[in-house]
This record gives sequence, structure tokens and C-alpha cells, in this order.
Amino acid sequence: MMAEILTDVSADTQQMTMIQAINSALDVMMARDPDVVVMGEDVGFFGGVFRATAGLQQKYGKNRVFDTPITECGIIGVAVGMGAYGLRPVPEIQFADYIYPALDQLVSEAARLRYRSAGEFISPMTVRSPFGGGIFGGQTHSQSPEGIFTHVSGVKTVIPATPYDAKGLLIAAIEDNDPVIFFEPKRIYNGPFDGHYDTPARSWAGHPDAQVPTGHYRVKLGEARIARSGGALTILCYGTMVHVVENVVTAMGIDAEIVDLRTLVPLDIETIEASVKKTGRCLIVHEATRTSGFGAELSALVQERCFYHLEAPIERVTGYDTPYPHSLEWAYFPGPVRICEAISKILKD
Amino acid sequence: MTGPTHKDGLTDGQRAHVAPMMPVERGNLPPLRLHVPEPPARPGEQADFTHFDVPPAGSAPRPDEASAPGDMRDMAYGLIRVLDADGQAVGPWNPRLSPDTLLKMLRDMALTRAFDARMFRAQRQGKTSFYMKSTGEEAVSIGAALALSRDDMCFPSYRQQGLLIARDWPIVDMMNQIYSNRGDRLKGRQLPIMYSAREAGFFSISGNLTTQYPQAVGWAMASAARGDTRIAATWCGEGSTAEGDFHSACTFASVYRAPVIMNVVNNQWAISSFSGFAGAESTTFAARAIGYGIAGLRVDGNDVLAVQAATRWAADRARANGGPTLIEHFTYRVEGHSTSDDPSAYRSAEESGQWPLGDPIARLKQHVIALGIWDEERHAAMDRELAEMVRDAAREAEKNGILGHGLHHPMESMFEDVFEDMPWHLKEQQQQMLDEWKAAGL
Ligand SMILES: Cc1ncc(C[n+]2csc(CCOP(=O)(O)OP(=O)(O)O)c2C)c(N)n1
Ligand SMILES: [Mg+2]
Repeated sequence: MMAEILTDVSADTQQMTMIQAINSALDVMMARDPDVVVMGEDVGFFGGVFRATAGLQQKYGKNRVFDTPITECGIIGVAVGMGAYGLRPVPEIQFADYIYPALDQLVSEAARLRYRSAGEFISPMTVRSPFGGGIFGGQTHSQSPEGIFTHVSGVKTVIPATPYDAKGLLIAAIEDNDPVIFFEPKRIYNGPFDGHYDTPARSWAGHPDAQVPTGHYRVKLGEARIARSGGALTILCYGTMVHVVENVVTAMGIDAEIVDLRTLVPLDIETIEASVKKTGRCLIVHEATRTSGFGAELSALVQERCFYHLEAPIERVTGYDTPYPHSLEWAYFPGPVRICEAISKILKD
Repeated sequence: MTGPTHKDGLTDGQRAHVAPMMPVERGNLPPLRLHVPEPPARPGEQADFTHFDVPPAGSAPRPDEASAPGDMRDMAYGLIRVLDADGQAVGPWNPRLSPDTLLKMLRDMALTRAFDARMFRAQRQGKTSFYMKSTGEEAVSIGAALALSRDDMCFPSYRQQGLLIARDWPIVDMMNQIYSNRGDRLKGRQLPIMYSAREAGFFSISGNLTTQYPQAVGWAMASAARGDTRIAATWCGEGSTAEGDFHSACTFASVYRAPVIMNVVNNQWAISSFSGFAGAESTTFAARAIGYGIAGLRVDGNDVLAVQAATRWAADRARANGGPTLIEHFTYRVEGHSTSDDPSAYRSAEESGQWPLGDPIARLKQHVIALGIWDEERHAAMDRELAEMVRDAAREAEKNGILGHGLHHPMESMFEDVFEDMPWHLKEQQQQMLDEWKAAGL
């Protein structure tokens, strides 16, 4: 973090949900930078189907916060054009499951604009989109497509796990001059989720990472967070799964080190390497499907860099390689049962 | 990031791309303005439909089914209406349907509404995760279904449950899908109301908007290439016409003169966005047809006779190798977008009551009473009978389970149908799941 830029950080903090933290990040950035514009389906007057942009149009006007036609391809294409003019668009894709019509504009255009124009044009947009399951959304409101974007050169992929990080990372993403895909784990918008779907939903109230500064601050892109330090094994995870993993580790009473990756690209390889070299064991957990998922990349990296420190094979707990089923949501979700099994297996030998 | 910071807190690096774009001095040219549409009324404001031009019933001309698209462009800006304020069917579009057909339409629309009411309540009672009503738009599906042949293929959006009802699909089957229970033919895989009913000529519904549009065109092209006689029909909301798939579909339909009917259900709203965000401030949705050289019709979507007549016109045209038709159904979404939505947050509460085209069921009821083939008593008895019918059907379906209460398809079924044959990795994942749940004592 750059001290000289942090001048307007007030000491004030406030308890916020992840939605409020995201809203606050957008508010702070719109107030600081007249180039920041927010656009997307239902984000204007209504403030978004998850309320993430609530009040922004009323505060900053329709020139800077506006509803769009229902065309994700159009939304991202227009954001590329606005970026070329010099604005800093923050488009919302209503659900990550609906980002596919925008793929060409993201993959062939936004991601490569800097490269193909040798820096003459850039695409400083931050694409916000709720992702992940756990809300009985069926196969078109539950997907985790981050692996599609980590596979593309030229976009950064960011996924927060707490209100504090959501705000700081979103601010850093908006200020970043490259396109950033900012996936928001919707299952934890209103409270952390421990993976036990049959117990009452919790709120963020009282959670230490829900104390969020009201002003401007950054959480630097490319830096992981040690959510829990320990020596028995390293667990690499992000988003909703950080909370599920924390809960399993506590319940099992084991001394695991939990690394919340926060940014998938660029990845904080030093933190990962140091942790696995210390513990000698590594579990990777994500909700996305397994084959060619980001866990495969993590597994390869750990194997390449920590092979002689490993005392057990690297394990992955992921979504199954099926579409997200509606009624069998909780059999699909990589929950406590599966994580617990994998940890036991890694610790056995 | 390095370098000095500007007063807005950005670094040189962040500002760099802006600098070369700074406007040069352009004299006294007026500043440009961005137009962002705004609906006529927001919550707390007076609803206003006076800007809607509602032509009298019977006034729209009826071109020959073989007309060249270029000779009937006015149809895309008018409004085909058959039922007048007194319940009389008037003008050249009057389809002169038999009493039996009229009463079936009335019953199908009323059943659709009763079904919606029951399933909405089931969601509120926690028996399922989600529901979407079609209240006020029943005529759009029922009128079309009665104009198509039973074996014509439908590619609907999520608000055409009326098609299944009009094709006499068992409502218990629909409810099993909504409850995602062990009786659900889709094995609990899809969000409620995302039906699939091949035998009813009803294509599997996608949650991704407008993907069905080019698919319907493809089905129609295949039917034409094979020398078949069946045609295809598809539906999307006015908001969904913005998607690229809509425009791809129009281009293919035009190029290959595909035997397809493309319906745009303009119910004025797309969640919280009014039709202006899909382009309605500047033109009609039927007029999208003109640029593609397709026949375009604009219809009073709350007038089931007009919907039936326009659909029959388009079906006859397609069957005679006259090519595609785009039909805009002008209607109103009376309820929230879905059970997840509260429209009082973004639109005037009065709108629904002031909608100038009335209610489709009330209008047909008035017509059949005026014809002397129906009366208030029979209508009330029908409503009671349908309410009991959906209640009984719901009880029947609930015997197969409700969402989240155990009576679902077996967990291992999750891995079926990803491919025709299950590859090794899915077999392995399936076995692992069973082993893990067993080990955990579940
Ligand atoms: C590709 C895609 N983008 C966004 C959505 C989210 N979404 C679901 S329905 C809807 C509004 C559609 O409005 P309209 O087409 O007018 O149909 P209506 O709901 O009014 O029948 C939106 C934005 C989606 N399902 N798919
Ligand atoms: Mg609509």
C-alpha cells in the first residue's frame, strides 16, 4: 500500500455486510474520481438486484450511474469504448452465469487492447459480478466461471471473502489500469457461511472483518491473506470456501494454515510457496468444477515449486464436473463432509 | 504504481491514458449530452399511459399472408385489436372462432392464472425456491397455442407456461418440476418453471435470455430443409430483444426465409428496467422486423382473439413458404418479475390498474357473455372448479416431495446426462461422493 495516497483514510470504521462494503467502495471511488462510471442491468434507479449500487444514481446522476439494455456483449463492448475515451467503467454483470455473451468483448478485446496497441489504448474496467452457489439458484444462478478468466492473458481475476477485503480490493481494482474481473461470492453477501446449510443463516454482525473503514483504502491486488496460520497443512481457497474451510478446521481442531488467495491472477506465489514449504501438505478447495479449474493450476505450481517439501500428495476438493443441480445443491456443494475427508486423508500419512 | 499523486488521488500512471484524449478547443460548439431513458412514472408518482396510442378495435387492416414485408410496414406501428370495449369481435382480424374454441381459451387462461396463484403461494410457504407468474399476459401464450398446430415446435421463455396448459400438459407434472421432487422428469436439475416437454412440442427452457431465438430459427430451417410441414415459434421479453441472439435470429430467419414465428412479449418491464432501455422510446419492437426485411405485426397482447388471429396469419404465411414473422405483443406485467422481486421499489403502484388494454380474461369473458354462450354463474363455477383442481394437483405433487425435504432424485443421478456415456472422471467422482457420504454416516 502506498502511504502517500492514503491521506483521506479516516479512522472511522463501520460494521458492513459485503454488499454494503461494495457499495461503499463504489461510492468512495465515484466521489474521488469523476471518470468512474457504473453501468449494468437494473443498477440505476433500482440499485441492482442485490442492492450493490443502491443510492449511487441518486447521488451521482444518470450520466455516471445508468441502467443498460440487456446485452452483456453490449455492456462490456461499451465499457471498452468508454475506457478508450478515458473513463473508468465499472460494469455489473447481473450473475456470473450471464457473462458468456460478453466473452468476445472481454477475451478478444478488453484483455488484449493494451498488448495489441502497444499501450496506446487500455481497458481499465472492473467487471463486477456475483458468482457461486448456495442460494438454490439452479444452474444459471450458481456457477463459478473464474477458471475461464484465469486462462485468459490480460485480465486480472479477484475474489474477496470478507467485507473488508471486498471494499479494499474493489477500490484497488477500479484504480488498476488493466481489466479486472471481480467475482463477488453471493452466498456471503449478507453473512459468512460455514457450509452447514441446515443451520440458521448468520449475519456479518460481530465478525472482525466486517469492521470496514468508511473512507478510501486499498487491499493490494496480488496479495493473499493468511486467514489462519498453522503448521499441520496448507489449505488454499478463496471466496465462500474460506469460511467453510475455517469452520471445518475449527471443528476438527487441527492446526491448519488457511490461505485466502483474494487475487487469482496475478497470484501471490510467495505466500503459497512459503506456506507449503512450512507445512509440507496442501489442500486446494474451490466450488468451481474440477477439470481445468483453478485448482489444477495451483496444484501444478505447488508441485513445481515445493515438490521436495511435500509429505503427502496434493488434494483438491472442488465442485463436481456437472452443471450445478437445483435440488441436489447440497450434495454438489463441496461442503464440510468432503473437506473433512480430504484433510484427514492428507494428514494420515 | 509510482509517481506523484493528483488531487483526485490518482497517480500519473492511472491518469496517463486520459491525457492524450483531452479535447482540443472547438470554438462555440454546444456540449454533447447523454440521453438516459426515464420511465413516465416512478413509485409515488401518477401513472401515465396517455402517450400510448390505442387505436380502435377493428381499425387495423389485414394484409394478405403472401404480402411482401416492404408492402406492410405500417403493421409494425399500428395495433391489431379485435375485441372492442363492448366485448364485440370486430374488423378484418376477427378470427371467427367456434364457441368451443372460445371457451377453451377462456378456461386455459383462467387455469394458467389459478396455477400461477397456487404456485406463487407454494413458494411463499417455502415449498420451493422460486416462481414466476404470467398474470395479465395469459392471452399471449393461450392465443398462440390455439393458432399453432399441436406438433409445431415452441421455443419459449420462462413466462409461457400457458403454452403447456393450452396443450393440455398435466399440471401435476409441471408442479413436480416446480417442487424439484422425485416425480420431476427433469430430475430436479432445473430451477422451478424451467420446464421441458418434448411431447408437448415445448423446448427445454434456458435461464440465459434469448438463447432460444436462434435455436427456433435453426429448428425451422431444418424443417424446411427436410421438406417437413411443421413450423417453429419462439418467445422472448422486450428487454431480451437487446441480446445479440435476437439479432442473429432475425438475420438467419430473413436470409433463409425460415418458417418461424418470433414473438416479442412487450410487457413494458424487464425486472426494474422499463421498455425504454430496450429501445421503446424510439420505435416499436415489431418495427425491428423492417430492417431485416421480415413481416412485422404489432398486436394487442391482452386481446386473445387478436393474438390468435395474428399467430394464425403468421403460421399460414410460414407454412406457405412465405417466411418468418415477428410479432410484438403489447401487454403489461401485472405482478413482480418473480418471487425474488418487489416492483413497488421501482414503478408506480397505480400502473397496473390504469393499464389501458384491460385484462385478457375479463375481456374474453365479456365477449363470450355478449355472444350468449357464457354467463357470470358459469364463470364463477369455473373459477371455483379450477382453484380446486390446482389445489388437488398440488397435493398430489407434494406426495412426491417438496424442495429440500428429502424426496428428491437419488444423489448419484446428478452425474447422469452430462454425456450420453459417463466418462471415467465422472464415474470416479460419483463413487467418491457415495463413499464420502457413507463414511460420514449420512
Ligand atoms: C443472458 C442473461 N442476462 C441477464 C439475465 C437476468 N434476467 C433474467 S430475466 C431479466 C429481464 C428480462 O426482461 P424481459 O425480456 O422484458 O422479459 P420479462 O421478464 O418481462 O418477461 C433479466 C435481466 C438472464 N437471465 N440472462
Ligand atoms: Mg418484459
